[in-house]
Amino acid sequence: MPTPIARRNLLPLAAALMILAPGAQADSGRQLPRDMPAAYRQECASCHTAYPPGMLPAASWQRIMAGLDRHYGSDASLDAATVRQLSTWLQAHAGTYKRVSAAPPQERITRSAWFARKHRRIEPAVWSHASVNSAGNCAACHSRADQGDYEDDSLRMPTGLDTRLRGAWKH
Amino acid sequence: MPPFHPLRRRSIRHRAVALLTALLPLAGHAGDTTPAQLVSYWSAQAGAPANAARGQTMFTARHGGEWSCASCHGAPPTGAGKHAGTGKAIEVLAPAFNPKSLTDTARVDKWLRRNCRDVLARECSAAEKADVLAYLASLK
Repeated sequence: MPTPIARRNLLPLAAALMILAPGAQADSGRQLPRDMPAAYRQECASCHTAYPPGMLPAASWQRIMAGLDRHYGSDASLDAATVRQLSTWLQAHAGTYKRVSAAPPQERITRSAWFARKHRRIEPAVWSHASVNSAGNCAACHSRADQGDYEDDSLRMPTGLDTRLRGAWKH
Repeated sequence: MPPFHPLRRRSIRHRAVALLTALLPLAGHAGDTTPAQLVSYWSAQAGAPANAARGQTMFTARHGGEWSCASCHGAPPTGAGKHAGTGKAIEVLAPAFNPKSLTDTARVDKWLRRNCRDVLARECSAAEKADVLAYLASLK
């Protein structure tokens, strides 16, 4: 039988474990879950940002993974086993927070209402600027996007923006 | 001490082999081929020698679509590329400038399948693959 002292020591330990190891099924928001399969970086992030699964609802991921041979104008087809592995992982970590629950048009993160609101101060011409290329190129400004870090501390200004386009970076 | 049992002995050896086989994929497939081996494989499949000049034309041409191979990999592809759709940086393709390039059969097969469909709206023939690989291997 544990002594009262031993039992008292267990509580902070349990609390620490809950903070350090969030449930495997949890929506990780804009972070990359720690159990990210190597195939996600290898197959998905070779062409685009390793988008955090929490940025899209489960229905969007399901439709994306069902049509990889016609993936936003590219053939991103994969062997069936890898598709299954990645789909399971994406479903487990898909966004469930109220901002993410609605599927955006064309399953595009950049068409989500929360994305538009977060980026409302960015001049439209910034997205098509040569050093940015598209709104989906998160790393153009979020320098640690590939690590799932979208904090303000990691923001940078893309190179070559003129004074007018720099507006959002003056705050 | 138990008597020697041939079956038991074999089962241990089998288990060791099974374990080694299971561990092999962890070592990765990178390094299972070379650019020269890929050229000779696809030339043999095509039944004709590869032609690097023809490969260069194929690499830089837009085959009726929006993109050429060079749209993402650069022309010549001796420096880092940039995805034409997303802007994401792409590793150097020419093997003389990136020792990891064209050394993994499964990876080469996968990207040729995907990218030929993006550029030509079909898969490439064996002869086309041999030509493009010969062009990439010729870049110094």
